[in-house]
Amino acid sequence: MSVAQDKPDSQGMDYLQTLPRRWVTVYIPLGIFVFVLLFPFYWMVVTSFKPNEELLARTGNPFWIVRPTLAHFHKLLFETAYPEWLWNTVLVSVTSTILSLVASVLAAYAIERLRFQGAKPAGAAIFLAYLVPPSILFIPLAAIIFQLGLFDTRMALILSYPTFLIPFSTWLLMGYFRSIPYELEECALIDGASRWQILVKIVLPLAVPGLISAGIFAFTLSWNEFIYALTFISSSEMKTVPVGVITELVEGDVYHWGSLMAGALLGSLPVAFIYSFFVEHYVSGMTGSVKE
Amino acid sequence: MKLLERLQNSRNALGLAFMLPAAVLLLVFLTYPLGLGTWLGFTDAKIGRGGSWIGLENFEFLVGDSVARLALFNTLFYTVIASILKFVLGLWLAVLLNKNLPFKSFFRAVVLLPWIVPTALSAIAFWWIYDAQFSVISWVLMKLGWIDRYVDFLGNPWNARFSTIVANVWRGVPFVAISLLAGLQTISPSYYEASAIDGATPWQQFRHVTLPLLSPIIAVVMTFSVLFTFTDFQLIYVLTRGGPLNSTHLMATLAFQRAIPGGALGEGAALATLMVPFLLAAIMFSYFGLQRRAWQQGGDK
Repeated sequence: MSVAQDKPDSQGMDYLQTLPRRWVTVYIPLGIFVFVLLFPFYWMVVTSFKPNEELLARTGNPFWIVRPTLAHFHKLLFETAYPEWLWNTVLVSVTSTILSLVASVLAAYAIERLRFQGAKPAGAAIFLAYLVPPSILFIPLAAIIFQLGLFDTRMALILSYPTFLIPFSTWLLMGYFRSIPYELEECALIDGASRWQILVKIVLPLAVPGLISAGIFAFTLSWNEFIYALTFISSSEMKTVPVGVITELVEGDVYHWGSLMAGALLGSLPVAFIYSFFVEHYVSGMTGSVKE
Repeated sequence: MKLLERLQNSRNALGLAFMLPAAVLLLVFLTYPLGLGTWLGFTDAKIGRGGSWIGLENFEFLVGDSVARLALFNTLFYTVIASILKFVLGLWLAVLLNKNLPFKSFFRAVVLLPWIVPTALSAIAFWWIYDAQFSVISWVLMKLGWIDRYVDFLGNPWNARFSTIVANVWRGVPFVAISLLAGLQTISPSYYEASAIDGATPWQQFRHVTLPLLSPIIAVVMTFSVLFTFTDFQLIYVLTRGGPLNSTHLMATLAFQRAIPGGALGEGAALATLMVPFLLAAIMFSYFGLQRRAWQQGGDK
C-alpha cells in the first residue's frame, strides 16, 4: 500500500482544491477525529500525575496539573501486586506467542506448500476458527481447564490463548508463503534439500516481515486479552495487568483514580511502544488478514 | 530407515506431521469446547461438577427470563447503533486520511492507538471520563453553560447505553478506518480524473466510484466489526458490569455473570449458545462478500 502513495501522481486532483476549502473539508474534521481519539490517553496521563486533592477539586482547570506527583506510581509499584501482574503478562504473552508462531508456521507451510490431501478444508477450518469469539468459548473452556487441574495457573492462559492466536497467525502466514516463488523450493528439492531444510533455510528467511507482523500482532492480542484471564485466574499473584487493575485496584466504593490511571497507563505503554516501532508491519498484518 | 525416508517424501505424512501442533491445540481448546459448550447448554452443570441432561429446560427458562430478553435487546441495539456509527465515521476518517496530507504516516499511526491498547485499560479512562461527580465532559458543558448539573453518564439506563456505545465506537473506528484506507489506496486516481472530466461532483464521485469499488472490502470489514461488537465483553464489564438495572447487560456479560460468579455453567453456556445463530449469520455475510470480491476481480472461484 505504500507503493501507491509514493507515486508522484497519487495526489490526484487535490491540487484543484483551494486552501480554505481544504481547511473546512479535510483539516478541521481530521483535527476533531485526532483530538477525540487521543483525548482519553491525554486524560490518562494527566490523571496519573495529579495529586488527589486536585483530582477531587471541582474548581480550577481540570486539564492541567498544578503540582505533578509520582505518588500514584509509587503506590502502584510498591503497595500493590502490580509488578507481579506485569511479569505474569510478559511471561504469558511471550510464551503463548512463541508457541502459536511455531505451530502456525508449520501449519501454514503444510497447507500452502505441501498441499497434502485435505489441505484446502484445513485452510477453511483455520479461517472458521478465526471467527469463533472467546465470549462463547470461555464457559466450556473453564470447565476443561478445571478438569485438567490448570485452574489458577499461568499454564491455563498459555494454552488457551493459542485458540485465537493460531488461526490468526496461520491465516496471515499463509498469505506470505503464497507470495514466495515455487521455483526456489524446486531448485532446493533438486539439490537434495529436505522439506524441513527448505522451510528453515529458504521459506522462513523470505517470510521475515510476515513473521514480525504475526509475532507483534499475537503479542498485542495476548497482552490485551481479558475474558480468559478473568475467568481462569482467581489469586492475585497470578493475574495479568488488565485483569489485576480492574479487579484488585478497585476497593469497594472508593476509587483510587490516580493509581487506576497509572496502572492503565503503564499497562498500555509496552504495546504502544512495540507498536510505534512496527507500525507498518502492524498495519499490513491487520489489513492483510481482512483483505485475504 | 527406509520407512523414515518414505515418510519424508510423502506429502500426506509430512503434511499431517506439520499440522499436528496446531491441530492438537485447536482441537483440544477450541473444537472440543465448542461442542462441550453446546452440550453444557442442555445440562444443569455447576462449577466443579458435571451436570446431567435436562433437555431444553435452560432455553425455556431463558426465553421466559426478562433479564435475558433485555440482554438480547441490548446486544442488538448496541451492535446495530455502534456498527452504523463505526462504519460512517470510519469511512469518513479513511477518506480524510487518503487525502494528500502532510505527516500522513504520523496521522495513520496515531489514529490506530485506541485499537491497540488493552480495551480493559482504555475503558478505565472512559470510566473516569464518565464519572458522575468529576466527569470532565460535564465540567466543560457546565462552563459552556449548556447544562446546570453534572450528567450521570452511567447511572441512568439510556445514558449508560449510549455512553458504552460511544466508548465502543471510539475503540472500533480506527480498525474500520485503517482497513478501509488500505482498500481506498488500491483505487486508481484515473477513475476520479475520468469522472471529473465527465462533470461529476465530489459527492457523485464518492457515490458512484468510491463506494462500488470499496463495497467488497466494506462487507468483510463490517462483518468483523459486527462480530467484535456483538461478542463484546470487556467494555461493559469494566464500565457498568451490566448495570444500572441490567440495562447494559450484553449476552456475553450476562453469560459470564450467570456462569462464573453465579456458578450456573449450564445456563451460561445456553446463553452463549444462543449467540451462535447471530454469529453464523455474520459469517455467511462475510462469505458472500468474499465471493463477490473474487467475482469482481474476474476470479474463477
